[in-house]
Amino acid sequence: MLETEALSKRFVLHLRDGISIPVLDAVNFSVSSGECVALVGPSGAGKTTLLRNLYGNYRADSGRILVRHNGAMIDIASAAPRQIVAVRAGTLGYVSQFLRVVPRVPALDIVAEAARGMTQDHARETARHLLRRLNIPARLHALPPATFSGGEQQRINLARGFIGRHPILLLDEPTASLDAANAEIVITMIAEAKAAGVAIVGIFHDANVRDRVADRVFQVLPLQDAA
Amino acid sequence: MIADDSLIAARNLSLHFGSIPALVDVSVDLWPGEVLAVVGESGSGKTTLLNVLSGRMRPDVGVVWYRDPAGSLADVHAMPAPALRALHRSDWGFVQQDPRGALRMAVTAGGNVGERLMAQGARHYGNIRAEAIDWLRQVEIDEARVDDLPRNFSGGMLQRLQIARTLVTHPRLVFMDEPTGGLDVSVQARLLDLIRSLVARLNLAAVLVTHDLSVARLLAHRIVVMQRGVAVETGLTDQVLDDPQHPYTQLLVSSVLQA
Repeated sequence: MLETEALSKRFVLHLRDGISIPVLDAVNFSVSSGECVALVGPSGAGKTTLLRNLYGNYRADSGRILVRHNGAMIDIASAAPRQIVAVRAGTLGYVSQFLRVVPRVPALDIVAEAARGMTQDHARETARHLLRRLNIPARLHALPPATFSGGEQQRINLARGFIGRHPILLLDEPTASLDAANAEIVITMIAEAKAAGVAIVGIFHDANVRDRVADRVFQVLPLQDAA
Repeated sequence: MIADDSLIAARNLSLHFGSIPALVDVSVDLWPGEVLAVVGESGSGKTTLLNVLSGRMRPDVGVVWYRDPAGSLADVHAMPAPALRALHRSDWGFVQQDPRGALRMAVTAGGNVGERLMAQGARHYGNIRAEAIDWLRQVEIDEARVDDLPRNFSGGMLQRLQIARTLVTHPRLVFMDEPTGGLDVSVQARLLDLIRSLVARLNLAAVLVTHDLSVARLLAHRIVVMQRGVAVETGLTDQVLDDPQHPYTQLLVSSVLQA
């Protein structure tokens, strides 16, 4: 569903005398339909950088990032911006660690707007169902999530990520702010998505969560700074 | 080369004001349903770019192609003035920063919206009024205000009225110059939400000039970063803002306070 070929990424900090920080060097990664791969490695090794590269949020310096989109393979590393927009709309879902949304928009709308291929009523009903499943009580659905707790915001984010039923889902620490009961729900949702054929790439700091959802791990190791 | 499905294709635009370069070899494409943000500091040339793209200002060098609904390309700056005016009245819309400059302050709110329809040839008073009221509702202005003069409206309401006046003719392409500039933050949020939902629902293409990177992030699919008339970086909005490549973009992004 998704694979990288010799993916490399470095950050060049022009405001710091052009210092260059290599993060990924010739990474070959792949994930198949119905499989969950956990990215593991020490903090700062580049797990999030890899995940963001897969989403096209960071720009690859070299190599390819191939995504199966509508039956064809598209290279995210070289695709035009509007192709990436289309791949994200149709194929590639992403749940970031923190919720970033327009102020004033109610939680339910945020989730419902992310639905794909549904009537508006169906989308809202599905969003309501997902939010309740994630223990967001109905009285919060009409409120904008800016004032919600970290855990509540994360669950809004998860509902928004899962409602789209994208064939590929990228998860950045989906259970980081959740208590055990809510983490358990997310584990079940990930298992259901896998059973439905979704390819999942995730970063899970909680070893228990990781062991239960991941079919295999992919090591991301820090590069030598001397590079 | 011009893609065969682009709405606007501008090639190698240059424009000088005396010795000051306002645009230096800028090329821009826009596709139907796409929102393009033009960002940069004051004097970077972003409003000049908007004015040249929309035919309001003529470049020294370069061409702006526009594809009409029938699919044929027209050179915006070679069009006869009446044709360009007709385009601005129908297929295109323009939302400027100060709504007072776009609205007629001595005409009622409903009249301001209906006037655009009449300019397109609508004559049935009842229909025009009904459509004006419908648009006031869509921009969240109370129907009871339809016969009020805009001079009694708040800044946010005036901006929403300008948007209703612009969208009533169902343009495919809207040019917006700092539409949330000069408004209180709480009013800005409401307006942003409104613009975002209208653009998505009506599948509008838009060129949005803003100095506010968070506005660009919320509304735009793609972004162009301008510095001294040069388009120094362009790309997917979140990629340019989260992984800026050009020194100037890195400076812009790192200069924003995280709220």
